[in-house]
Amino acid sequence: MVKEIERAGLPVVHVCTIVPISLTVGANRIVPAIAIPHPLGDPTKPFEEEKAIRRHLVEKALKALQTPVTEQTVFND
Amino acid sequence: MSYRVVHYINQFFAGIGGEEKADHKPEIREGVVGPGMALNNALGDEAEIVATAICGDTYFATDIEKAAVEVLEMIRKYNPDAVVLGPAFNAGRYGSACGAMGDAIATELGIPVVSGMYPENPGVEMYRKSMYIIETPDSARGMGKAVPAMAKMLLKLLKGEKTGLPSEEGYIERGIRINKFYEKLAAERCVDMFVSKLKGEPFVTEYPMPVFDRVEPNLPVTDMKNATVAIVTSGGICPKGNPDHIEASSASKYGEYSIEGYDDLTSADHCTAHGGYDATYADDDPDRVLPVDVMREMEKEGVFKKLHNKFYTTVGNGTAVASAKKFGAAIADKLKADGVDAVILTST
Repeated sequence: MVKEIERAGLPVVHVCTIVPISLTVGANRIVPAIAIPHPLGDPTKPFEEEKAIRRHLVEKALKALQTPVTEQTVFND
Repeated sequence: MSYRVVHYINQFFAGIGGEEKADHKPEIREGVVGPGMALNNALGDEAEIVATAICGDTYFATDIEKAAVEVLEMIRKYNPDAVVLGPAFNAGRYGSACGAMGDAIATELGIPVVSGMYPENPGVEMYRKSMYIIETPDSARGMGKAVPAMAKMLLKLLKGEKTGLPSEEGYIERGIRINKFYEKLAAERCVDMFVSKLKGEPFVTEYPMPVFDRVEPNLPVTDMKNATVAIVTSGGICPKGNPDHIEASSASKYGEYSIEGYDDLTSADHCTAHGGYDATYADDDPDRVLPVDVMREMEKEGVFKKLHNKFYTTVGNGTAVASAKKFGAAIADKLKADGVDAVILTST
């Protein structure tokens, strides 16, 4: 799906847990997520802290969307 | 003397549990477990499963390198002559785990490894060059077909017998080229093929071209403050009750739902339709998969202009690549027609 959205001309960032699969499939902008059952959250943390983690990931995703890339790029911290 | 084989399987095939047990830590047990029984029978007197290594799919996929080392050390203690992985059919995390283990074992122990997967399993693309992966059907219904083929391949490798072509042995092409003498010159064979093609007759190429389906990255968003951003997910988030009945696996459709007026997704209004991970956390707070709460916050702060008022969703669990392609293209058309500038796609 990421690739088809990219092919249609829209910049897209893939926020996902299993980065090797995203790389294999061919996403160009990749932001590694927390865990498979809760990619943008961490239920072990208090709610406010969890939300801050989520916000940080979304900020990274938006930053990736604003970053020029020429090849597959994983946006780590 | 029979060869010593270690078998690797996931928590599901070990009978430990489904998604709720997918974080099961690696362990190893003496003898056969689950599908190992059939495999052991197929190996006959020539080889025997001495131990079965087990690991939860999510545990493995969360840190592939660490898990591979942990399982490898457990397997090493049994001094195996070969290792069988799976079969994983079309289970993505399981396939990746089998592939990573096969790769680690072949490199570190230098012994034969055989796995079994459906060609669309992401583990195939990642690891087919490292090992023999027998082509299997997409679900465990194909166990009866997969196991004898894997056993046959393993015995061949153990005995150092010559292996045939992928089409003869039933394994997935590894990209290995071998020299071969033909009666006819290359030019003649080439013309023969061309003539067959013109006549519409079948012919087999001697060198299939690799298919690189890569898409060039698009230019970045330059004016985020004025951009409309959409969120899409393969994590199955949908209005509570899953009104369009998106399938828990092998999804045949995607959903389009309004988030107009939602500042936050909660267990009262949304849930996940996904059957490939433990739904507890996503059902408790769907923002953990589709981050509507923080996107709304940032929209209000003016980080970007607008959160698109619809989200698109499907279940990425054993879903055919052809279906995902179709969904992606259709979703992209709609997003473009609605003037969306950029997309965040989340996957579990």
